[in-house]
Amino acid sequence: MEAHDLRAIANRMRRRDLHAVYEAGAGHIGGEMSVTDLLTALYFHIMNVNPLEPRDPNRDRMVLSKGHAALALYVVLAEKGFIPKEELSTFLKPHSRLNGHPNCVKVPGVETNTGPLGHGLPVAVGMAKAAKLNGQRWRTFVIVGDGEMQEGSNWEAIMAAAQFELDNLTLIIDHNGLQQGARLAETNNIAPLAPKLNAFGWKVEEIDGHDMDQICKAVSVETTSKGKPKCVIAQTTKGQGISFMSDNVAWHHKVPNHEQFEQAMKELEEAANEYAP
Amino acid sequence: MNMPLDPADLHDCRDAFTSTLEALAAANSDIVAVCNDSVGSSKLGGFREKFPSRLINVGIAEQNMVGVGAGLANGGKLPFVCAASPFLTGRALEQIKADVAYSQANVKLVGISSGMAYGELGPTHHSIEDFAWIRALPGVPVIAPADRIETAAAVRWAADHDGPCFLRLSRVGVPDILPHDHVFELGKSNVLMEGGDITLIANGVLTHRALAAATLLEDRGLSARVLNMACVRPIDAEAIVQAASDTAAILTCEEHTIFGGLGSAVAEVVVDECPVPMKRLGVPGVFAHTASANRLLDDFGMSPEGIANSALELIDRKG
Ligand SMILES: Cc1ncc(C[n+]2csc(CCOP(=O)(O)OP(=O)(O)O)c2C)c(N)n1
Ligand SMILES: [Mg+2]
Repeated sequence: MEAHDLRAIANRMRRRDLHAVYEAGAGHIGGEMSVTDLLTALYFHIMNVNPLEPRDPNRDRMVLSKGHAALALYVVLAEKGFIPKEELSTFLKPHSRLNGHPNCVKVPGVETNTGPLGHGLPVAVGMAKAAKLNGQRWRTFVIVGDGEMQEGSNWEAIMAAAQFELDNLTLIIDHNGLQQGARLAETNNIAPLAPKLNAFGWKVEEIDGHDMDQICKAVSVETTSKGKPKCVIAQTTKGQGISFMSDNVAWHHKVPNHEQFEQAMKELEEAANEYAP
Repeated sequence: MNMPLDPADLHDCRDAFTSTLEALAAANSDIVAVCNDSVGSSKLGGFREKFPSRLINVGIAEQNMVGVGAGLANGGKLPFVCAASPFLTGRALEQIKADVAYSQANVKLVGISSGMAYGELGPTHHSIEDFAWIRALPGVPVIAPADRIETAAAVRWAADHDGPCFLRLSRVGVPDILPHDHVFELGKSNVLMEGGDITLIANGVLTHRALAAATLLEDRGLSARVLNMACVRPIDAEAIVQAASDTAAILTCEEHTIFGGLGSAVAEVVVDECPVPMKRLGVPGVFAHTASANRLLDDFGMSPEGIANSALELIDRKG
């Protein structure tokens, strides 16, 4: 798919996400806007997944380790056909499959349950190792938050992936510079990330995480490196696409009021016009 | 839950926790707060403003957080380690066991938004195993206050107590229950209502529901004793034995799995010392469906009506 089309999809995903957060009265909207372009590129350009056979043994795997952005994954899975689009309106409602963190037992297309930070990467290492043991060619992708990289479990997995030479594993760090309560820089500044991953034996690439061309190239199989796991450090903006949420820590977990909702939707619709055919 | 509760009468116990902690910290410069990017959710903003150097935010790293807490205690500090309860207890359980309990480090573990307070965020964020996990460790009192008064009293007690403890707090609003001059005593429950037909034992956000259930039973001409049992360990065995002998039936209610929590702790005493008909209400060994915290309690049979119905069944069983 062309980058132009991917941008149009991502814009639609943002609007649906915003709408569902507004309707549900909850959601981690900042981190969802931040990760939407990455998810769109993976699901609509890179990954081999089939909604008719969600457990196809040869499918590519994607783990959203920053599980609080579940809604961003739900809107993408709905667009792909894994779940009905209408179901998005049940987000957080009593007995919905779509709770605030993705559940692989209930929702087709979800690979493993996340929500507690620092779980996705170790599981992804296991997935990639299984593909190697099986002699299969499918790839494993995992998206983590940058604040999430403060969890020690990630660094244990980073060492294991290098030791196992998992060149079929791609870690994408959604590097928006914000965590729950403050900037990373004010909390536990783990930047710069690239030299650390390099030192741990990974191939590292830094990109603009909202530039479709750069994302698609960085996660493509052509840019992997034999014998080394790959880390893509995606420079992103929390709240991307909505001016008053952008790079604003207050919007980690917050619901727009009616006026804010209208304003945000207007901005996203204006952006959508740029992608109209 | 169709209880006539005015939101203005409901209080978030986190506020009582932090205001008490701030008052204690003003008088005792050794008190420090340790957290995991949870300044907001632990309501530590005021503490940070007043004592910036004594707010130790390790980032999103709970195992490190508990280890750092133990080290601070070793260095003469009085750390209150605060985090969402599932991540504090689940993620750092071995640090709690080895660094805090086994080492007898003077660390106050404060589990915030415990139980199913995080409702729709789902089972990863529910902390309905923490009574069982921490209760299994020697030397760590497990305390779930029922309202803001008991919360404040327990925080003051914890600061005075030489040794670790686990305070299990919610964010779900609860009414005032205990008298304003309430003094917390470790391992001591409180009789909130007298009665002879059955005893309802509860703690945390279940206490006010148990009281409402007792009122419903009263309407049916039955009298229930209501025991508020904040301490799951040490358990108030004396009050349990007394309840068994006076009322011959015990119903426990908790925002926790029925495997290993308050009900189990009570049952251990009942089985050993005073067998009487008993039932444990709680989360029945499942990962909860999507719903708000209060709705989940209702769905798991712990609305006042649900509790009263279980009580009636139990009273029937007495014959
Ligand atoms: C183990 C654990 N600790 C704490 C939390 C609470 N929490 C949820 S999101 C979040 C901040 C995450 O920041 P980051 O990884 O940078 O994500 P993003 O900025 O993309 O939202 C925190 C602390 C959690 N979910 N899991
Ligand atoms: Mg971030």
